Parts: sequence; C-alpha cells; structure tokens
Amino acid sequence: MAEGQFKTGIAAARLSPAQYAENFSDLHPPLDHHEALVEADRCYFCYDAPCMQACPTSIDIPLFIRQIATGNPLGSAKTIFDQNILGGMCARVCPVETLCEEACVREAAEGKPVQIGRLQRYATDEAMQRGRQFYERAAPTGKTIAVVGAGPAGLAAAHRLARHGHDVTVYEARPKSGGLNEYGIAAYKSTDDFARAEVDYVTAIGGITVLNGKALGRDIHLDQLARDFDAVFLGMGLAGVNALRADGEDADGVANAVDFISELRQASDLAGLPVGRRVVVIGGGMTAIDAAVQSKLLGAEEVTICYRRGQEHMNASEFEQDLAAANGVTIRHWMQPKRVIAEGGRVSAIELEYTALDGDRLTGTGETLTLAADQVFKAIGQSFVPAALNGSGAVVELERGRIKVDAEGRTSMPKVWAGGDCVADAREDLTVAAVAAGRDAAESIHRALMG
Amino acid sequence: MADIRNDFIGIKSPNPFWLASAPPTDKAYNVVRAYKAGWGGVVWKTLGEEGPPVVNVNGPRYGAIWGADRRLLGLNNIELITDRQLQLNLQEMKQVKKEWPDRALIASIMVPCVEESWKAILPAVEETEADGIELNFGCPHGMSERGMGSAVGQVPEYIEMVARWCKQYTRMPVIVKLTPNITDIRYPARAAKKGGADAVSLINTISSITSVDLDSFSPEPSIDGKGSHGGYCGPAVKPIALNMVAEIARDPETRGLPISGIGGVTTWRDAAEFLALGAGNVQVCTAAMTYGFKVVQEMIAGLENWMDEKGHRTLADVIGRATPNVTDWQYLNLNYVAKARIDQDLCIKCGPASMSARWKAASRWCRWRPGNSTSAPASPSRRSTPTGRRTRTTRWRGWRPNKACSVLCALEARDCDHVRRPSSPCRALLPVNGEK
Repeated sequence: MAEGQFKTGIAAARLSPAQYAENFSDLHPPLDHHEALVEADRCYFCYDAPCMQACPTSIDIPLFIRQIATGNPLGSAKTIFDQNILGGMCARVCPVETLCEEACVREAAEGKPVQIGRLQRYATDEAMQRGRQFYERAAPTGKTIAVVGAGPAGLAAAHRLARHGHDVTVYEARPKSGGLNEYGIAAYKSTDDFARAEVDYVTAIGGITVLNGKALGRDIHLDQLARDFDAVFLGMGLAGVNALRADGEDADGVANAVDFISELRQASDLAGLPVGRRVVVIGGGMTAIDAAVQSKLLGAEEVTICYRRGQEHMNASEFEQDLAAANGVTIRHWMQPKRVIAEGGRVSAIELEYTALDGDRLTGTGETLTLAADQVFKAIGQSFVPAALNGSGAVVELERGRIKVDAEGRTSMPKVWAGGDCVADAREDLTVAAVAAGRDAAESIHRALMG
Repeated sequence: MADIRNDFIGIKSPNPFWLASAPPTDKAYNVVRAYKAGWGGVVWKTLGEEGPPVVNVNGPRYGAIWGADRRLLGLNNIELITDRQLQLNLQEMKQVKKEWPDRALIASIMVPCVEESWKAILPAVEETEADGIELNFGCPHGMSERGMGSAVGQVPEYIEMVARWCKQYTRMPVIVKLTPNITDIRYPARAAKKGGADAVSLINTISSITSVDLDSFSPEPSIDGKGSHGGYCGPAVKPIALNMVAEIARDPETRGLPISGIGGVTTWRDAAEFLALGAGNVQVCTAAMTYGFKVVQEMIAGLENWMDEKGHRTLADVIGRATPNVTDWQYLNLNYVAKARIDQDLCIKCGPASMSARWKAASRWCRWRPGNSTSAPASPSRRSTPTGRRTRTTRWRGWRPNKACSVLCALEARDCDHVRRPSSPCRALLPVNGEK
C-alpha cells in the first residue's frame, strides 16, 4: 500500500509542510505600492462608471482608484468603506470577473479590465494595517437592536446601526464571528486570519456587543428578541445542506463540502487535515470549486467535479472554473449521482448517470459511469432552516424557502428585518450582496426608529 | 528608398537628426557615442568665453513631470553652459570633427554681449573645423541673470547686433537659437535675419517650475530648500514649438529663412511634423536623455518608411509642405462640417450620461458613447448669421461625447458635434468629413 501522497483512502499529511504553505498562500497577492499606482492609472475615471453600477454596494470605484493614483490610499479606503464596511473581504472574495471587472470599459476595450478587486484590497489593507478608523458614533439614541448572525450581513448592519448611535447586540451561533468569511471561504482567498481582523476592525467603532455561541432557536428566541429590543435584524445565513438523494450517501467518506471548507479554515495545521486520494465533488457552484481545489491542494491525487448540467449552467464563474482546471481538477458535466458504492461502510466509488435536457427538464439517459472515490463532497446548495425561527415561522413569512422581505429588508413581522443569504431575494448568495442588504436594512431600521 | 540626407545652410549630415546643445553633447566621449548610434549631427554643449568656467549647482539639476503611464512628458533643467575649460572643448571638437567628417558638428556659443567677446572666441572656434555656430540666445536660467542667453534673445536689437558681429568675424554659417520666452516669436526671428544670420533654431527651453515639494515647500528641482525657474523641454513643449516654427515659416518677412526645429521631438512622427511646418532639420535632446542615443534609429527608419510609403523622395519633398495650410482663423472655412459617427459595436461606453454633463468630458481624451437613442443622431441644424458665426439650433438627445473627443470638446465643450483626428485613441469613432 502506497504511503504519503498516494496513500489510498482518506489520509492526512500527504504533502510536506512547505507544500502546504505554498499551496495555501494568497491566491491574488497584494499589489505593492508601485503596482497599485500603475494599475490605478489604467482607470479612465468613467462618467456613470459601469463598474460602479455593477457593484452591489455601489462603491464609487472611479473615485477610490483615482485617490490611489494621487497618493491618497486612506481617502480611497474611506470611499470604499462609506459604501461597504467589509470592503477588505469583498476585495478578496468578490467574483469581480462577473461584477465590477466584467463591467469595466477596459474589459470591453481590450479584454483586460482594471484590477479593481486588487486595488480595493490595496486601499483597504492600507487603512486596516494602520488601524485607521474613519467613523465615529453619533450621539447615543438609547435604542437597542439585536442582530442575529455575525456574518457579512449582520456585521454590515451592526456597523451602520452603531454609527447612527444605536446599541447593537450581535448573536452568533458559532464560536467565531465572520460567518462565511470565517468558515466558508477558500483558505487561499483569506489568508493571515483576515476574517478575524476584519471583524475586529468593524466592531472597533464601539456600541457593538458580539455574543458568540448563541444560536437562534436554541439559546435565543425571535419573539423574545422582538420584545427585548427595539428592532431585530436576521442575518443568519443558510444552515442546511441539500441532500444528494442518491443511494448510500450515508457511507463514511461522504461529507458536506461546506463542513470540509469550514474545517479546513479552522485547521491550525493543514497537515493534520485528512483528504481522500480520489475525491469526487458533486455540484457546480463556488462551493464545489472551493472544495475541489482545496482537496487538490491538500494533496488529493485525483479530484473530479461532477455537475448535472452543462458548463454554461454552472454557478461558478468562468474564473473559478479556470482556477479549478489550473489546479488539476477535472470538471465533468451532464452527470448526476446515482449511487454511492461503499466497501465495509466506506465509500469506494460513486456511480453517476449521464443526463440530458428533455425540453426544460433534466433527465437521466440511463447510461452510467463509475468513478473510484474514497471521498465524496456534496456541494449541491445550501438551504434555509426555518426551524431556527422557533415557532415564529408562522409570523415570519417565507418565500421560496427563505425569509420574505420587502425592498427595505422588512420581514412580515413588525420590528424584524432580515438580509443576506437567509432572505428570498439574496442575489447569488454573494458576500457583497449580503453587505449591501445589511447596510440598507440598518438604514431602514434607523429611519423606522428615529422616524 | 527615400533619401534623408540633409543639407542645412550648406551643412551636410546623413540625416536630419541633430542632437541639440545640451548635457548629452558635453564632451567628445558622449558626442562619439551619439555619432556611433547614428545621429546626423551634434550641437556641442554651449561654450563660454576663455577663463574660469561657470560653476554648476551640485544638487539636482532636473525637474520632471510624467504622464499617467509614467512616461516623461516634460523635463526642466537648471544646468548652465559648459563647465569645462574652453580649450579642452575646442581640442575635443577638432579631434571629433576630424574623425567623423561626414557628421555635422556645430559649436554653440554664449559670451557677453560685447563685440570684443565675440571677436575673440570666433577664430578659436573656427580653428576646430566645426561646420557652423549656433548663438545661444535662449537659455532662460542662470546665464540670463548675467545678461546672456535669453536676456539677449528677448531683445531683438541685441540679436541683430550680435548676429551681425558673428557674420563679420567668421566665415562659418550662423544659426541663431531663439528663446520662446517672448510674446511674439517673429520679432527675434526677423532681427536674426536682419543681422544676417543664416538660420534660426527654435525653441530653446521655456521658463518653468515643474513642481513644489509639499513637505518642504521648495520648488523642484530643490537646491538646499530653494529652487529657481529652469528651462522646460520634452514632449510637452512640442505644440508650442510647432506653432513658433510655423509662425516664422509663414511670416512674409522671414519666409525662406532656414529653421532648425527643436522642441519635444521624440519619434520620427514628431520630426516629420516639424519638417512639414518648415523646419529644415530637427534637434533633439530630451528623447535622447530619456531613452538613450539609440532612439535616433527609430527616427531614421520611421522617417524613411513614411517617405517611402508616401512617395517622398527627399527631405525637400516634405519640408514646408504643411506651411501653406497654416493660416489665420479668419480664413477658415466656416461652411466646412465635420461630424462623428459612432460605431456602436466598438464603443466601450465610458462616457458621461447626459448632454448637460458634456463639459465633464472637456478635459479628457475623447470617447463617444451612444445614449438611450438607438438611431444615429440627426445632424444638428445650423444657421449662419451674417457675420459668419453660427448658432446651434438643435441639440442631440441621448448622444454622449466623451474623452477622446475632448480634444475638440476641450475647445468648445458645449458644442460637441466635431470630429476627431483619425489617430484618435477612440476606435469607435468614424470621422465623416466634407463640405456642407
């Protein structure tokens, strides 16, 4: 039986410490001062800039880039934070290739957009490394607000509310704050414990109390919060993971991709994190890519993503798909899991069925393929768990399985707002969209309370 | 193959590219390097009179401004004339000329504005076998405070007087180098001609302060916390130089006076433009300082290639070809209409959103973008007034000019139905020209 890198089964320490360090270093290294100036000069300072319109948080991108170009990175950071207090993380994780950089006129002109994401990181890093805070709290209003979930939506809401002088208590189920920034982002996108540093930076404004280990429906209850606080913001994200609905998915070695990613992010020593020799990831979104690429980087020999539709249907951006391919991940389309084959209770292979579109309906063709696998990750989407609303489900109306909100983020329940992935109209479940939702709901709460 | 051999007031060089009198021509070592790189001629760094040479500042002598792409746009210097002994320069010049007989070698001279000084230095310069002399009446910094350089060039009577002395005391052709730091370049040019000068060269550098250090509040270049205006040159001054060359070329009083064109020549294209406006050759400094002596090879090959493509056999086919097209505003054809059509497939849509925002576009390089309207814009109807001024009567709606078109909009931002040069960086803009 082979040892080390080619050890069969799910094993740790496939690589040398140096390889782990190299594999999980920054995906997009920060721009140095000169690089930032050169890149900033490429911006045309467009009027009605398409990049700005493409940004869910509407950051004044031409302005912040011009501020970098003119030697004012702190002013640039403020321009970013004015619209998006989590601009540092968004600079790292935004799929800019489908947002601002896709809209960049230099993408249209030359196929080479201004590197908006990296410039944003340059400016925000500058401010955060210098510990520069740009906002002061308004005079205390005496109003108290509960925020459920310390993820991007909750943090953005909390910061904006604290700025307005309200006292905010954030309840977070997990031991650390940051939500998916802390638990759900590929490690090479957020190095050096940036998620924690950002939480500290955001909460440094004051007036925000974060209580970790407090889950809605277990430790706290919505009706109680609504009674105790002047307003409640729900930003608890998606706790559920969709099932494969394939035979044998309970076998050892079948796991949720989000749990794997979270475990990886929290691992103090990557060498201690076991991964299969042959890994199959089921799904076609960013989570599938993150799980597949990181499996490969942990030393898996063979990693295959299987997606039940075509390449053009994948939720993962083209950049992410290329990233997977560049890391040696095979992406196979038009096949759905049929049966997990186990030996002695442990997964040994997965049987997939080819699919085809019959009109709008996806059907199996009957032809199957068996891929050897000692680890299978499910990445076929996450779902909202309404049980957490703890009996108030009848009051907080749902829509398509998530919380229904109006344009300002108000739920059907008085005094309760919601935003981020847990709401029905969450745009593509993006960090940046969650930030926008949290920020805007905070403004709505502020207006309602101070009316 | 085009023949780019140059005969400027009888001074022959294999091409029309001379190095201007400046730091790169300060000594034999550099001049030989320049000749080896291919320069057709060299104007030696300005000589002063016999005796202790001038002393330069030890601090920085240059200030600069750069474009957004970090390329040098303008350079400013506070260096004086040569700080070497006159005899050393003369010896080296003689030696270099002997070794490079096919290249032009010009002596630039700046001595006090008294007849004896000029009478004394000219025979010594003649002894070097240099092909000609250039009178430095141009430097705006340092030497002008001592009554030389631009202090002379700003007084037409002095120019005429000194030019006459030089013609009297030497057989060498005399080129008068003009300062642009005056109101009307035609007066010093006329004075040079009246004094008998064989040619003028222009422009010398422009009085300037390139920047201010916002920590120390010292102008740049900063010498121990203080600065002095320096001479500005480089690509940024080219438009000023082109106009001054054209002004002299088309002035009835100086028409036909040979001109050596100087000011921001960086590529063959710049040189061709100077020639077209009436310059008999060009002198270069900043481009050589920025990119090295080798730039001349691009200039030579580019000029030859363009002349071949256009069927210009010799430089004479090019020189002055644009001069007749420079005219006074009053003679411009007010019935000429030029409009732009936008190729919407190529437009990258970077422009301002509304007509009212059009002025925003004024200061930038132009682009046009289509607005909400999907059809091509109707021509704005125009009405001529008896005085020839026209009034705009309709406004385009939904069409947005931007950036690249600003070269036009910059002049008249309210009225943007102009056309760009075909060389506009905007690829979406298709010029449609013609008589109304």
